[in-house]
Amino acid sequence: MYYAVTIATLITMAMALGRALLGPTIYDRLLAANMFGTKTVLLLSVVAFLYGRPDFLDLALVYALINFIGVIAVLEFIRERTGGDGADKATGE
Amino acid sequence: MTIVLDILSWIMLTAGGVFVFIGGLGALRMPNLYTRMHAASLTDTMAAVLIIGGIMLQAGMTLATIKLATILLFLLFTSPTASNALASAAILSGLKPEEGPLRRDGDAE
Amino acid sequence: MSTATRTVARMLALLIPLVAAWLLWSGLYKPLLLGLGVFSCVLTIYIKYRMDYFQTEVFALQFGRRLVAYWFWLSWEVVKSSLDVARIIVSPSLPISPRVMTIKASSKNPVDQATLANSITLTPGTLALDVYNNEIAVHALTEAGADELAKGEMDRRILALREK
Repeated sequence: MYYAVTIATLITMAMALGRALLGPTIYDRLLAANMFGTKTVLLLSVVAFLYGRPDFLDLALVYALINFIGVIAVLEFIRERTGGDGADKATGE
Repeated sequence: MTIVLDILSWIMLTAGGVFVFIGGLGALRMPNLYTRMHAASLTDTMAAVLIIGGIMLQAGMTLATIKLATILLFLLFTSPTASNALASAAILSGLKPEEGPLRRDGDAE
Repeated sequence: MSTATRTVARMLALLIPLVAAWLLWSGLYKPLLLGLGVFSCVLTIYIKYRMDYFQTEVFALQFGRRLVAYWFWLSWEVVKSSLDVARIIVSPSLPISPRVMTIKASSKNPVDQATLANSITLTPGTLALDVYNNEIAVHALTEAGADELAKGEMDRRILALREK
C-alpha cells in the first residue's frame, strides 16, 4: 500500500515539475515549486515507513520548514525586483 | 481491532494517493494561475491529512505519531499562508484573475 | 502584574514547549544530550530576549471547546469542497467559472481575521486574495462555491468563537 502512495506522489511531483517548466508566469513556477516541496514532505513521511526508518520524519519536518521559508523568501525577492509600488501597498496601510 | 485500524488506514492512504494525483492533474489542466492554486490547495489540505493520518494509524501510539502530528499541523498552518502570500503578490504585480465561464484560450499572459 | 513578572511569565510560556519539543524529538535521554537541550533552549530564549520578543503582546488563540468544534466543522467543509473540486478536475469539460468577490469580516480582531482568511484558503475551491479594511477579497472556483461562502456561515462561526 505504501508503494501505491509513493508512486502517486512521485507522479504528482513530475506533474508539478511539468507545470514549473511550462510556466507561463513566474508565479506559476513558484506555485509548482511550493507544491513540489509539499509533496516531498509527504513522500519522505511515506518512505520513512516504507523502509522502516523513522528518522526520515525529522528530514520531513525540516523540509516543511525550509519549503515555507523558501517560498516566502523568493516572493520577497521578486517583489523587491519588480519595483516599489507593490512593496508599498503590501507593507503599509 | 488491529484489522479495523489497518483497513481504515489503507482506505485513507488510497484516498490520499488518489487526491494527490487529482491535485497534480488539476495543476496541469487548469487554465490560469488562480485556478491552479485551487488544485494545489487540494493536495495541500485533503491529501496531506489523508496520507499522514493513514500513516499515523499504522504507527500507533509512538513518538513517530507525535512527529507526524507536528508535521501535519505545520503543513496546515503554513500552506494557506504561502498561498495567500503568492496570491497577493500576483495581484500586486498586476496579474488580474479572470472571471466567468472558462474560455478555452484562457491562458494568462 | 509588573513588567518584570510578565516578561518572566512569557519566557516560561515559551520555555515549556521548547523543552517538550526537544525531549519528544530526540527520544534519547543521555546526560550529554539533555545538557545540549537545556543549552539550546536557554540560547533561544536569550536570542528572543535580545529581539525584544517578550516586550510585545503575544497573540494567542484561546484554546477551548469552541475552537475544537470549529475545527471539526471546518474539516467537514474541507471534505465536501475537496470532493467538489476533485470532481471538477477529473470531468473532461472542466466546468469552472471563477469569480472574485468581497466578503465582510465581522470581527475586528486581527487574529480572527487571519483565522477567517486562512480557513477560506484552506478550503479547496475558495482562495483569500487580500485582507483590507475588514473585508476579504476571495477568488472562488465556481459560482456555487462563491454563493456558499457569501452566506457568511464561516464568518458567523468565527465571530462566535470569542463569545463568552
